[in-house]
Amino acid sequence: MEDKISEKRKFKNMLLNTLVYLCAGIIVLMLTGIIGYIFYRGLPKLSLDFLTSAPSLLNDTVGILPNILNTIYIILMTLVIVLPLGIGTAIYLNEYAENKKLVGVIELATETLSGIPSIIYGLVGMLIFVQFCSLGTSLVAGALTLVIMTLPTIIRTTQESLRTIPNSYREGSLALGAGKWHMIRTVVLPNAVDGIVTGCILSVGRIVGESAALMFTAGMANNIVYLFESFLPEKAGSTLSVALYMYAKERGEFEIAFTIALILMLLTFIINISAKFAGRALRKRKENDD
Amino acid sequence: MKSIKNKVHAGEKAVKLIFTSCGFLIIGFVILITVFLLINGIPAIREIGFQDFFFNSKWASTAADPSYGILPFIMSSVYGTLGAVIVGVPIGIMCAVFIAKTAPPKVAKAVSTAVDLLAGIPSVVYGLLGMIIIVPFVRELFHLPDGANLFSAILVLAVMILPSVISVSSTAISAVPKEYEEASLALGATKTETIFKVTVPAAKSGIVTAVVLGIGRAIGEAMAVMMVAGNVANMPGLFKSVRFLTTAVASEMSYSAGLQRQALFSIALVLFIFITAINFILNVTVKRNKE
Repeated sequence: MEDKISEKRKFKNMLLNTLVYLCAGIIVLMLTGIIGYIFYRGLPKLSLDFLTSAPSLLNDTVGILPNILNTIYIILMTLVIVLPLGIGTAIYLNEYAENKKLVGVIELATETLSGIPSIIYGLVGMLIFVQFCSLGTSLVAGALTLVIMTLPTIIRTTQESLRTIPNSYREGSLALGAGKWHMIRTVVLPNAVDGIVTGCILSVGRIVGESAALMFTAGMANNIVYLFESFLPEKAGSTLSVALYMYAKERGEFEIAFTIALILMLLTFIINISAKFAGRALRKRKENDD
Repeated sequence: MKSIKNKVHAGEKAVKLIFTSCGFLIIGFVILITVFLLINGIPAIREIGFQDFFFNSKWASTAADPSYGILPFIMSSVYGTLGAVIVGVPIGIMCAVFIAKTAPPKVAKAVSTAVDLLAGIPSVVYGLLGMIIIVPFVRELFHLPDGANLFSAILVLAVMILPSVISVSSTAISAVPKEYEEASLALGATKTETIFKVTVPAAKSGIVTAVVLGIGRAIGEAMAVMMVAGNVANMPGLFKSVRFLTTAVASEMSYSAGLQRQALFSIALVLFIFITAINFILNVTVKRNKE
C-alpha cells in the first residue's frame, strides 16, 4: 500500500511526520532544558541558611525567610476567605438556584473573572483595598485581591464535584425528614471534598506563582512579618514570586533570583502532581457513579 | 411542635439567603471591577482627548510638556500577541497532533505531563529565563546593542501560550469521531494525510478556541514581558525596545502621580476592554462547539 503512493505524497507525509515529532521534541527538550538550567544556576546558593534568614546588611545575610512566610500568610488568608465564598456560590448554583437566567449570569461573571489578567487585578486591588478601604499596601490587601482572582477556580472545581453526587443521595436524606441545610451539610458537602481540595491546590498554585497582582497590593518589603501581625493593615511584604522579580529586574542579583526560581519550580511541580492525584480521585468516583 | 417547625423554617431561609448572596457576590465583583476601572479610567481620556489618547504615537508622561499617546502600547501589544501566535500556534498544533494521534499512549502521556508542568511554571520564572537566555541570544544572533526587544518578548510569549494551545487543541483533536478517519483511510489516504486533511480541519473550532485562549494569555501577560521587552515607549519594530499595554501600567505605577497616574488607569481600562472582547469571542466559540 505504502509503495503505491507517489513520491510527492511520500515526501509530504514524511515532512509532516518529521514536523510533528520535532515539535513534540521541542516541548520535551524545553522542559528538561528549563529544569536543568534552573537547577544548575539555582542549586549552588540553596542552603538552610538561605531559607531561614532575612536579608540583612548588618549580618551580611541574604535569606528569603520573609518571602516564604509572606507567601504562606497570603495563601492562608486567601483560602480562609475564598473557600466559604466559592463553596457557597457553587452550592447556590447547584442546589438552590431555580432561575436559569440568573445561573447563566453568575456563570458568565465567573468566566469574566477568570479571564481578567493579573495586572488588572493588581490595579483594581490597589484602588479598592489599598486606597478605598484604606488598608494600605499590606498582605491583607494582597490576599483580598487574590480572593477575587481565585474565586472562579474554587467555584468551578466545587461545582464539578457537586454535579457528580447522585440525586438519590439528596432525595434519601430529604425523605428521612432532613431539612435542606441539614442535607447539604451531611450529604452534599462531605461528598464534594475532593473537588474542594482540587480547587484549593489549584488556587495555591496560582497564588504561589502570582506576581503582577501582588506588587501594588502586598508590596515589595523584605522584612519579617510575624503571624499575629500578618493580617494588620500597612503590613507589607513580598511573596517569593515578587521577590524573584525584584532581585532579577531591579537589583540584578541573578543567583538569588535563580535560587528562588528553583524553589518556585519545585513547589509548582509538587502542586501540579497533587492536583492531578486529587483530580484522578474525582474522576474515579464519577466513573463509579456512571 | 409548631414552634420548632417555625424555627427550622427560619433557619433554612437564613441559610438560603446566605448562599444566594454568595452567588450575587460574584456578579458584584465583576460590577465593582468594571465600575472602579471606568471611574478611574475615563477622566484622563477626557482630559487628554480621545483622539490624542488613542492615536498619538508619543508617550512622554514625565516630560516638561507631557504627551499621553498610547498608540505605541496598543500596537506593541497587538504585534507582540500576533507574533506569539504565529510562532507558538503551529508548534502547539503539531504537538497536539503528536499527543492525540501519532504517539503511543505512554509517550503521549509523558509529553502531556511535560505540557502540564510547563503550564505551571510562574511567569516571573519565564521572565527570568528570558532575561538570562533569550535576550543575550537575540543580541548575539542579530548583532544588536541590546537584545531586550519585541522579538525576545514574542519568543517568551510564544513559549508561555504553548501549554494552553496544546492542551485545548489536543482535546479537540481527540474528540473527532473515529468514523471520519476510517472513511478517509478507506478511501486510500495515508494516516498522516488523514490527520492533516480530515482530523485537524474537523477539530477546527476547538483549535480556534485554543488560539483565542492563547491570545488572551499573551495580551494579559505583564511580568515576563516587562523583563524581556526593554520597556521603552517606542512604536513597535521587531528589534526595537517596546512597552505593552500591561507593562505600561506596571512600569510607571509605583512613582506616578496626577494626570500621569490617571492615564495609567485609562490604559488599564483599554486593556480590560480588549480582554473582555476576547473573552466574549471565546465564550461564543465555546458555546458553538458545545452545540
